[in-house]
Amino acid sequence: MIQQVIFAVVTIIAIYWAFRQFSQIRRNIFLAQKKEISGHQGERWKRVLLIAFGQKKMFRRWISAIMHLFIYLAFLITQIELIEILVDGFSGTHRFFASSLGGFYTFVISLIELLSVGAFIATFVFLARRNLLKIPRFRKQEMTWWPKLDANLILIGEIALIIGIFCMNGADTVLQELRPDVYHETGTFAVSGFFGPAVFGSMSADWLVGVERFGWWLHVLVVYAFLNYLPSSKHLHILLAFPNVYYSRVESRGKMENMPEIMNEVKSMMGLATEGEQEMGEEIPEFGAKDIFDLSWKNLLDAYTCTECGRCTDVCPANMTGKKLSPRKIVMDIRDRVEEVARTMKSEPEMKPEAYDDGKSLFDYISKEEIHACTTCNACVEACPVLIDPLDPILKLRRYEILTLSQGPADWMPMFNSLENSGSVWQVPDERGSWTKTVEQN
Amino acid sequence: MAENEMHIPTMAEMQAQDKAPEVLFWVGCAGSFDARAQRVSRAFAELLWRAGVSFAILGNEEGCTGDPARRAGNEFVFQMMALQNIETLNMYNVKTIVTACPHCYNTLKNEYPDLGGMYEVYHHTQYLDQLIESGRLKIQSSGQPGKITYHDSCYLGRVNGEYEAPRKLISSLRADVREMERSRSNGLCCGAGGAQMFKEDEPGDKRVNTERIEEALETGAGTIAANCPFCITMLEDGLKEKDRQEDVMVLDISEMILNNIK
Repeated sequence: MIQQVIFAVVTIIAIYWAFRQFSQIRRNIFLAQKKEISGHQGERWKRVLLIAFGQKKMFRRWISAIMHLFIYLAFLITQIELIEILVDGFSGTHRFFASSLGGFYTFVISLIELLSVGAFIATFVFLARRNLLKIPRFRKQEMTWWPKLDANLILIGEIALIIGIFCMNGADTVLQELRPDVYHETGTFAVSGFFGPAVFGSMSADWLVGVERFGWWLHVLVVYAFLNYLPSSKHLHILLAFPNVYYSRVESRGKMENMPEIMNEVKSMMGLATEGEQEMGEEIPEFGAKDIFDLSWKNLLDAYTCTECGRCTDVCPANMTGKKLSPRKIVMDIRDRVEEVARTMKSEPEMKPEAYDDGKSLFDYISKEEIHACTTCNACVEACPVLIDPLDPILKLRRYEILTLSQGPADWMPMFNSLENSGSVWQVPDERGSWTKTVEQN
Repeated sequence: MAENEMHIPTMAEMQAQDKAPEVLFWVGCAGSFDARAQRVSRAFAELLWRAGVSFAILGNEEGCTGDPARRAGNEFVFQMMALQNIETLNMYNVKTIVTACPHCYNTLKNEYPDLGGMYEVYHHTQYLDQLIESGRLKIQSSGQPGKITYHDSCYLGRVNGEYEAPRKLISSLRADVREMERSRSNGLCCGAGGAQMFKEDEPGDKRVNTERIEEALETGAGTIAANCPFCITMLEDGLKEKDRQEDVMVLDISEMILNNIK
């Protein structure tokens, strides 16, 4: 009875606290521009199925894909066991589904166990890759102490979870012989059916009960801790990958978002008919993005979804040739800035989104040198396993710099001038069609 | 002989004669003014002419599509360029456009529709592929083309998903094709896109085109096939830097086809 009460209290606190944090993230994401993303539902669901559920893009790198698959599947299927844990925890039963599901129960738990063994191995491989092997994408400038610790903490949590599962199932297997009245027959589990007797076989029943409870509670507490850790971790991707993939861009990558205000301004300059009444106001307008409020909510969802794997940075031509630009850093900076803004708004309630000013902007996180180095080659966009678009915010920051600040790389100014004056990127005295005159010499 | 006097008409000339071409050849800034890219423009024009395609150019009425301005962040200049071009294209009632520049291709195809310019747009490798498929151009391999590697431009490949048409053209030459380690959707940029062509690099330890040319040279190919005037500039610069311009060539696919037709 006392266990049930403790369980109920812990569960309610864990879920309430997690709910608060997730709501906060939702609010943070909607601090940005409310761009409507809709249509193409068939294509969107297909992507969710193939890319989010099916992890299609992960398989461009086989080793990490298979290791990740073990952890992912183990995690996914362990959630079935969690249902039983919740039922048992609240009602004080033991292995509630064992007797009613029979052989199917044995099968599901065995599957969880096999995947857990895979995940256990994968976790150590990942720890080695992160900490021992010199894999460049885990060692870039943006991989400071917290991103590194975050990655390791979650792997250690994973190990704890798996130890919990095997303590619980292993001790249970032995107890089924000793105290069949409480510990019902479950069939032989694929791993703990052998592992249990081998490791715990010589223990007394009282000790076994202790080990079983230790495993059970460890499992529960790691899951709850994980739930509450997610919102401040890169591991938010396990949830946000799904909506992020769903809302990913369906139109051509080659299309930069049109700016109707500027289009209409230029149209009226040129004496062309404009669509609708979108005259620019008296105020000097701001174009592009200087802070998170100017980005779209999808840009912020991208930032919260990023799991900092660094595939984008790994394939970035600027980054691999030693430039400061790292697409992953851009995405991480956006998340850090959103978090900073949200913290400030909490401590200073008079700071409303419309008039937010803490004297800082995204440019305090992202330097101009970084955004200038982008070749817009879309390799980062192509590489992301969860369809984050690191290019879009880079281009929005460029727009702010050029259109609002009237700044930018000095080398670009002659190009802009030439375009305005002569209609071509180079100021050339020749006629545009002069190349046709020399055909005979070809 | 009339066929030695290929004449490339402008849309204005065509219109004056009450004629409309099958397709507009959008030449682009590089194709118009860059000496190396002009050779590509001539090669492609000659292929169109040999295939009997009626085509025209805009000549002085063509302007930059605005791609580099837009990607640099200068939407005003982009809109000026784009709206002017759309005015011109719509005035001539242009329906079909072919261009030898993947940046022009991308902007015309994907960005002009939002501004009121709706056209059927082809990259020249796609158009040449069609001309060969329909038998209007006939390939006759002129001897041993040797080892060829193909550089996917970002804006034809990764951005617009066209990996096959250029490869089909190259393999029709019966060449020994050696893919680079990073190709197709993993292809490595030449370093020119996003208006990088028009500015110095940010501080770093290497140029992007150096990285790419090293990879191309590793294939042992004597010819690097490209589909973009800016890639050609970058790759040729890379060759000069490696002092390999004597034994390795960078060719646009249209130039390779022109050397191998009946």
